[in-house]
Amino acid sequence: MTRTFKHRHLLGIEELEAEDIFLLLDLSERFLEISERPLKKVPTLRGKTVINLFMESSTRTRGSFEIAGKRLSADVINQSSSGSSSSKGETLLDMAKNLGAMNPDVVVVRHRAAGTAHFLSRHLDASIVNAGDGMHEHPTQALLDCATIRRHKKQFEGLEVAILGDVSHSRVARSDILALTKLGARIRVAGPRTLLPIGLESLGVEVFDRIESAIEGADVVMALRLQEERQRSGLIPGNREFSRFFGVDNSRLALAKPDAIVMHPGPMNRGVEISPEVADGPRSVILEQVTYGVAVRMAILYLMAGSESTE
Amino acid sequence: MTPSEGNGGLVERKVVLDVVGIENTLESLTRELIEAHPPDTDILVVGIHTGGAHLASRIASLLAKNGVSVELGMIDITLYRDDVFIGLPRPEVGPTQLPSSIAGKTIILVDDVLFTGRTVRSALDELIDYGRPHCVQLAVLVDRGHRELPIQADFVGVSIETTRQHSVRVYLTESGSPEDRVILYESENRS
Amino acid sequence: MTDLYLQRGRLIDPSSGLDQEGDLLIREGRIEALGPDLTPPEGIRVLDARDLWITPGLIDLHVHLREPGQEYKETIESGCRSAAAGGFTAVCSMPNTTPPNDSRAVTEYILRQAQIANSARVYPLGAISEGQKGERLAEIGEMAEAGICALTDDGFPVMDALLMRRALEYGRTFGLTLCQHAEDSCLSKGGVMNEGIHSTRAGLRGIPAAAETTMVERDIRLVELTGAHYHVAHISTSSAVEAVRQAKARGLPVTCEVTPHHLYLTDHRCLTYDTSTKMNPPLRTDEDVEAMRVGLADGTIDAVATDHAPHSSIEKDIEFEDAAFGIVGLETALPLVLNLVQDGLLTEMQAIDRLSTGPARIYQLPGGSLQIGSVADVTVIDPEYRWQVDPEAFESKGRNTPFTGWNMTGRAIFTVVGGQVVHEQERTTS
Repeated sequence: MTRTFKHRHLLGIEELEAEDIFLLLDLSERFLEISERPLKKVPTLRGKTVINLFMESSTRTRGSFEIAGKRLSADVINQSSSGSSSSKGETLLDMAKNLGAMNPDVVVVRHRAAGTAHFLSRHLDASIVNAGDGMHEHPTQALLDCATIRRHKKQFEGLEVAILGDVSHSRVARSDILALTKLGARIRVAGPRTLLPIGLESLGVEVFDRIESAIEGADVVMALRLQEERQRSGLIPGNREFSRFFGVDNSRLALAKPDAIVMHPGPMNRGVEISPEVADGPRSVILEQVTYGVAVRMAILYLMAGSESTE
Repeated sequence: MTPSEGNGGLVERKVVLDVVGIENTLESLTRELIEAHPPDTDILVVGIHTGGAHLASRIASLLAKNGVSVELGMIDITLYRDDVFIGLPRPEVGPTQLPSSIAGKTIILVDDVLFTGRTVRSALDELIDYGRPHCVQLAVLVDRGHRELPIQADFVGVSIETTRQHSVRVYLTESGSPEDRVILYESENRS
Repeated sequence: MTDLYLQRGRLIDPSSGLDQEGDLLIREGRIEALGPDLTPPEGIRVLDARDLWITPGLIDLHVHLREPGQEYKETIESGCRSAAAGGFTAVCSMPNTTPPNDSRAVTEYILRQAQIANSARVYPLGAISEGQKGERLAEIGEMAEAGICALTDDGFPVMDALLMRRALEYGRTFGLTLCQHAEDSCLSKGGVMNEGIHSTRAGLRGIPAAAETTMVERDIRLVELTGAHYHVAHISTSSAVEAVRQAKARGLPVTCEVTPHHLYLTDHRCLTYDTSTKMNPPLRTDEDVEAMRVGLADGTIDAVATDHAPHSSIEKDIEFEDAAFGIVGLETALPLVLNLVQDGLLTEMQAIDRLSTGPARIYQLPGGSLQIGSVADVTVIDPEYRWQVDPEAFESKGRNTPFTGWNMTGRAIFTVVGGQVVHEQERTTS
């Protein structure tokens, strides 16, 4: 049976079905192999233009998309901008129209505001790939997380995944919760209530106050990045206290299943949400996440560059 | 897929090869390969995913039976196709498995049917990206003519006369067919 | 020419409970006679009102006309035309202009511009505090003299309870109702939509219902303290409606208004990041919409007011988080309220009451009545008129509506202000 991918854009995991996610994961496994070849390049996207529009600082995601595009032989153009609203008198709409005039096939967008990918998809003919929009979604990160989890755990059904820390502000957490739930895993979240968004239970998530309860018996332990400004905006008393009660360290990790893996979307604050021993320890698969990142993004660019705007 | 189903718009014209025919053809191809290469040749048999890969595997076994040991690999040419984005993108990309180095090897590229030559062109591009082999030779089960590129097979099982409206399909038990067969079809509505 | 004769319509007047077929005679800008047995005087302009309703002119308590200062969004002239097109004979304009209406000079300017526009009437609200900064009282007495109809710092909730108390007391001295944009702006800080599962899903910062309710509850205590008339602008949460219901039951002088969109739409709509679903107060939950409808029907909610807030593409065709709050409403309000009659929620009489007589009562405005001697502000409505919302056809400069493409039933055919027809809609119903 031939599988099809019916989406023109990758705006979020929300729009995907489980079968779409599995298709992307399977395809990513193929692209993983290309990165291991002596000549890490295939000619597939020759003559296709991919614009990386990064309006919020990012080095690793942008780099990952750039490598993915180049390994597929696409012409990859990086555009950066502060993304602050009309700071230069140019609105996002102006920018979209200007990009559209250059006829890109795919626009990869990162922006501080939620919904930016949706916005561009309404104003551009190109396929839009969301590389992180505000606190909303970061779908390629969720896909690479799923790919990494599948490599170690083989299947998702019944898997217990603990997502810890600043869930409120994390687009990674949102996309991971959506993706893993669709694939049949069970999600637990824990962190200070000031950093947990309301209504998570209605997404089928189990919410804990203390991370020990969430880690106990988990197959996957994922620590989220705590941004410096959370302390400044009064959501937590301070990083020291956060680390003491909500940091993933070896003694807390011991509560997880013996074969549990540790993940982090990066960049890490060692000693805040994750201790150095855990981050660099034997259970950490953090660097595998990065490797899968390129493969997943190759799969996405491949499918997006070939989708027809007329359909 | 079996010959009796899933061939929308196609009418079976004739059986080109049956089980025995395929077996005999592969054996004679194997003999030709042995005769064409000195005993110490560093041979890598590479099948084109999927049909060619199964045939390559059978040929490697036949060579082994005759005391010739070769390496076996396979390639998927989806990402090298010149028509990859005509129609919908193909979400299925098959595996490519080659030794870490192909430099200096004599590569026997195996496919089931040689038609326009475009698949072979893609496969050659992909192989060259892996390194610099000593030479690449092409072995096919069926050559049905109508080349669109200057590509010829070095080893041909059977050559048949066809028109462009014909379709030649190779069914192998490895792909789930009940028995090995090569069938020539004609398009039902030739408007 | 301020004489007019409306012939053979259905007269509906909530101020007197009148509902019968008949004619209406207007002389010199006032209603002179009405009923089934009239004949048109010689030489008067006669409007055929067969199959139409003749109602007191609709009054919108909550409109942003943007002038002075933001004329690219709306002017008094375009806003009044928009009002007339929607069947409104009068609008109450909010003071958050540039400069804000916190002085006699601005009030007089607005009234002068309205006179020139010569369309719907404008009753300006004056700012509670100087510059709407929430620090010290504006010159309320002077503005009252100049003609403001009520007080508000709309858009800038009065957070300081002491200032609020003083405003209630001082406003009462001049007979002015105090209209509060009820929102605890500390609780709602940074929010762009209702807080709930959908804000979590959209990754947008939420405004909790409690931000509105706690403010309404605080203010009700201050009403108890001061005895002043307090009006809640654009109420949106079930708990705030309940607070008003209880305050009314205790006999306190508390009133409130609801927008048409809070009677129909929920925060689920924000998931598309369509900025025409971004307003403040935000779209709430199904439960809240239900509470708005119940409250409107049982009279807890006194009026439907649009919170007409025109913005240009500069404020709206941008990122959701950065987009301005607010939508236009003048030209879509009437059919949305009439649809509640179709739904069996309101009687015809109640629908007209919430759009006309109710609002007039809250700020003690002229109009809201067809009784003899009343000012001849009259709206003639075709309750069966079917049309589709096309923002490009709006009289308002604003195009920001969440109702684009909606199929509406009901439209104002004649909008009459002081006996003068200021808007006339062709009756080619499709």
